Amino acid sequence: MKILVGYKRVVDYNVRIQVKPDGSGVVTEGVKLSPNPFDDIALEEALRLREKGVATDVVVATIGPADCQAHLRNGLAMGANRAIHVVTSQAVQPLTAARTLLKLIEKEQPDIVILGKQAIDDDCNQTGQMLAALWNRPQATFASKVEINGSSARVTREVDAGLEVIDVDLPAVITTDLRLNEPRFIKLPDIMKAKSKPLETIPLESLAVESGDHLKTTAYAAPAKRSKGVMVKDAAELVALLKTKGLV
Amino acid sequence: MSKVLIVAEHLNGKLNSSTARCVTCAKAFNAGSVTVLVLADAPEAIAAEAAAIAGVDKVLTIANPANAHPIAAVYAPQVVAAAQGYSHVLAPSTTFGKDLAPRIAALLGVAQVSDIAEVLGAHSFKRPIYAGNAIITVEAPADATLVATVRTASFAAAAAGGSATIEALSVSVELPTHTRFVELQQGKSDRPDLQSASRVVSGGRGVGSAENFAVIYKLADRIGAAVGASRAAVDAGYVPSDLQVGQTGKIIAPELYMAIGISGAIQHLTGIKDAGTIVAINKDGEAPIFEIADIGLVGDLFTLVPEIEAALG
Repeated sequence: MKILVGYKRVVDYNVRIQVKPDGSGVVTEGVKLSPNPFDDIALEEALRLREKGVATDVVVATIGPADCQAHLRNGLAMGANRAIHVVTSQAVQPLTAARTLLKLIEKEQPDIVILGKQAIDDDCNQTGQMLAALWNRPQATFASKVEINGSSARVTREVDAGLEVIDVDLPAVITTDLRLNEPRFIKLPDIMKAKSKPLETIPLESLAVESGDHLKTTAYAAPAKRSKGVMVKDAAELVALLKTKGLV
Repeated sequence: MSKVLIVAEHLNGKLNSSTARCVTCAKAFNAGSVTVLVLADAPEAIAAEAAAIAGVDKVLTIANPANAHPIAAVYAPQVVAAAQGYSHVLAPSTTFGKDLAPRIAALLGVAQVSDIAEVLGAHSFKRPIYAGNAIITVEAPADATLVATVRTASFAAAAAGGSATIEALSVSVELPTHTRFVELQQGKSDRPDLQSASRVVSGGRGVGSAENFAVIYKLADRIGAAVGASRAAVDAGYVPSDLQVGQTGKIIAPELYMAIGISGAIQHLTGIKDAGTIVAINKDGEAPIFEIADIGLVGDLFTLVPEIEAALG
């Protein structure tokens, strides 16, 4: 069984993003970049399925600029068998990403595709669902538990009402939620080993993907700040204030 | 003039208030007409609820046993068939809408605007990125169907008082059987729903254990509040995942939000930034939660929370 994992590079989780003063974008120069946390969880799940003997081949794929190679080496060091780098200097929107991943699916014929439920930069939460629709296959989004039973998967999903369990026939797209697993740390010898693992480079133009970048971002702004509040000295003062405001 | 189709969210035969919030969003760009689409096994009661929302012109129902549970792969082709002639398809940015809307957009071959937080025009919106640390203005093409999810915390629910017509719709699309609902594990609770509650009491890592969370539940019950939690508290296993508030959990806008033992990671703060009054109780006076709290109180929560209950009289 082969698993394809989407592995996006994003601004690190801990960076407090600043909007450029002229509103033309956010400051990314000199900012730490890391794998999208949900994609690390996706890769971890794929590796665990391989370690259980369910899968044999784990392929990580990214769509991004030329300097994403180090990012993919990170995925290889974590344990992926090989990597595919679809090279483009432009950021792509989810529909384009889904159409690109579909091209990789046609080439790789994976049994499972695991993506993060959202990337923490654009927070779109779309690519996995779009990919499943274009592929005409099931989607199991926001997964917190995945069990493979032969030709189907039983997936527990984190939904607003609680936990939803669904069965999906394979091949299928699964998107990860936070509590699916805890990604492993990369060990130094694995970083060395990753250097010799196969990393295929494909220019995005060569895939003849119809662009789905239909949305235009015309302005960036910092969020409205909440005005500075007051500190109270004890519980009595807090409750008195809440009562004045009619909140309790 | 825009013609808006809103996909209704419902559970156990009841319409979710997120649907009425989508109506308010549509009205914000002066939608020419608003139609609510109800997919269900037995849509009648849900459709009646939707028809009573002020501003809804028409309710369409697609009754099918396959629609008993919201399976995106089953719903999406039906919505696409029903969406012919509409300029906009809206769904709430809840797990229901987030799961479904991109599948609709991809089938239509159009981009999706996620998490509309503010309306500037029928094809121009503001939405948060980077966990709400930046707000972007997005322009969508006017010559394509616009598929979008609506950040429910940003729009009040449209009031009752409507009397829309209800029509049964039949669509001839082949529905997949590759995705099968097994079960929904719901916590049993008499407390208000976290997403629509006017008051929320939330606990974080500072609460320390699942047993200690009783302190949070007790205060919540005392003031009739829903209970929420930070990601740290959910990850630590103190409470179930459906209580998580934040970037990747629930985005809420209660009138009163009490953050207890929550330090205030940016990912949490993005989930509450539209709350009316934020109260923070934390033993660390330097915790980031105090930067955005309207009322702060520094001290031990296990001392302070019982004192608050006593002071409530």
